[in-house]
Amino acid sequence: MANKSDLVLDVKNLKTVFFTNSGLFKAVDDLSFTVKRGETLAIVGESGCGKSVTALSLMRLVPDPPGRIVGGSVTLEGTDLLALDEAQMRAVRGNRISMIFQEPMTSLNPVIRIGDQIVEAVRLHRNLSRKEAGEIAVEMLRLVRIPEPARRAREYPHQLSGGMRQRAMIAMALACRPALLIADEPTTALDVTIQAQILALILDLQRELGTGLVLITHDLGVVAQTAQRVIVMYAGRKVEEAGVEALFAAPKHPYTRGLMASIPAVPASGAPAQARLNEIPGTVPSLVRLPQGCAFAPRCKLAVKRCEAEYPPLADWGGGHLAACWRAEEVAEVA
Amino acid sequence: MTEALLEVTDLTKHYPVRAGVLRRQVGTVHAVDGVSFSLGTGETLGLVGESGCGKSTVARSVLRLVEPTSGQIRLEGEDITHLSKTALRPHRRSMQIVFQDPFASLNPRMTAGDIVGEPLAVHGLASGKELEARVARLFEQVGLRPDQMQNFPHQFSGGQRQRICIARALALEPRLIVCDEPVSALDVSIQAQVINLLIDLQRQHGFSYLFIAHDLAVVAHISHRVAVMYLGRIVEIADKDELFRNPRHPYTQALLASVPVANPLAKKLVPLVDGDVPSPVNPPSGCAFHTRCRFAMERCRTERPALLDAGDGHQVACLLNEGTGRNNAVA
Repeated sequence: MANKSDLVLDVKNLKTVFFTNSGLFKAVDDLSFTVKRGETLAIVGESGCGKSVTALSLMRLVPDPPGRIVGGSVTLEGTDLLALDEAQMRAVRGNRISMIFQEPMTSLNPVIRIGDQIVEAVRLHRNLSRKEAGEIAVEMLRLVRIPEPARRAREYPHQLSGGMRQRAMIAMALACRPALLIADEPTTALDVTIQAQILALILDLQRELGTGLVLITHDLGVVAQTAQRVIVMYAGRKVEEAGVEALFAAPKHPYTRGLMASIPAVPASGAPAQARLNEIPGTVPSLVRLPQGCAFAPRCKLAVKRCEAEYPPLADWGGGHLAACWRAEEVAEVA
Repeated sequence: MTEALLEVTDLTKHYPVRAGVLRRQVGTVHAVDGVSFSLGTGETLGLVGESGCGKSTVARSVLRLVEPTSGQIRLEGEDITHLSKTALRPHRRSMQIVFQDPFASLNPRMTAGDIVGEPLAVHGLASGKELEARVARLFEQVGLRPDQMQNFPHQFSGGQRQRICIARALALEPRLIVCDEPVSALDVSIQAQVINLLIDLQRQHGFSYLFIAHDLAVVAHISHRVAVMYLGRIVEIADKDELFRNPRHPYTQALLASVPVANPLAKKLVPLVDGDVPSPVNPPSGCAFHTRCRFAMERCRTERPALLDAGDGHQVACLLNEGTGRNNAVA
């Protein structure tokens, strides 16, 4: 197990609920995980699985109402973030824990110059003059490999391309050298050649700065190429967690297995034209009316009576490979 | 190859850029710049490229949803490029489109049954009981239950809505269906369902797809042939297997190398290109890719490479491939 001092983030039994007109639903239910210094943890799942709410919960940015964190703890470098008041949290947010979002255009202020936005973030947490902070801003833009950083710092977000804006977001998020960076679908809005550039950049900087990284994505390709450990979420719960190689070599949960089988591969050479993909039947269940047992049971080929009646506990299948499935043992043989 | 259902020759679409009080034209967006391809009966041609490469404009020009600036579009042998609205109408029946966003492309105030039946009613092909029976059959074909005909679009999930769009496209028994990013808005597990459905329907009915997507894996999976576009031009076109096994254009190579492979043991992704796609308002001279190309030579700045056959119907527009048909710098 990890050395205690190596641990950047320790989340225990996190539970975030939303109160809506159609009832209460648990967006994140009993989620626990840790992130070490310099480690990349990927959280993967489909829309509505709770991965983004998890990110917002760590940042204490869940909109309240309708949402609320109702249980658990989020310990960052020894401090429980859930116990802080808002003023204390503001001192941590953007300083020790930062986040980059999917759409850089909506998370940058369109009427403030790029450089000034970074200066603002830096001066909020560090006692520096405008000039000193300005130098840090240009330095950060250089670090994220924006050409002519001094000129770009004086430009507005609309003058930058999508890839550049995401670089600027990363520069801002890392300006205070946070212990933990949360990246919520950081490349989903970008073209594939730009995605490759941005992912390579995030990983380089993380290695350089030793930041812990929580990468939230729906793309198993991105997971395989970036993460050391992976959490698979379904309907608000962690259904599987493992080292990236173990997970791709032998997924224990039928949902993980189904996801992997349903993505088309490049290159598909050798395969006959238009081979059918393996599909997972049905759709993701509504969080308001979750079944009593395993939420995946209605779509699962392996489901038995017990799956519908009781929620399976997360069991350790060796080497920290966790899976919540009554039939995990048989998954490899049957599917 | 089989008889061509669709022949596009030298298609060009320019948009004027206007500015100032007098709305004077200050530039031209070269959205599509001399694109030619053909599509056989029962064939799927994938059209890939990054945002702004003109792939959607090609799709819409083919359907005459945008008017091409120049070039020719032949459907089943007939030139439809300049047909009037009324003359075009019978041809509209043989070409349909499925859009990316199933939330924006369905009228929220119509029932699913009315949406799917509308093309039949508009063309006066069925009414009353017969219309209902035909819509019910279409629902079954795309994996929806006929009792869902009375529901409104908001009562369906994203995947189901895309099924409604597909049923609507099928209603007139078209020869050509243009799919513009039909699965990009869907979750991975639902994506597979819709791709399988599209493949099954093509096998049953024998129509052709012009399949537009930015996701190479999806395109590789569904297409027989693939065309790669960059800044309004086709830079490479080949049979699917050939293209993915032996990409010859440096841009295609860069695209393929950028796709993250879902295998942690596979080689880590290395970005083969720097920088961004240049603006189509003033595209670079010569080969549009020369600003980002690893192999760019002096000639690439001035000479525009033609799309030339490199053997077996594999066409490439790159000066490196000239004559030899090989990308020597890479091979």
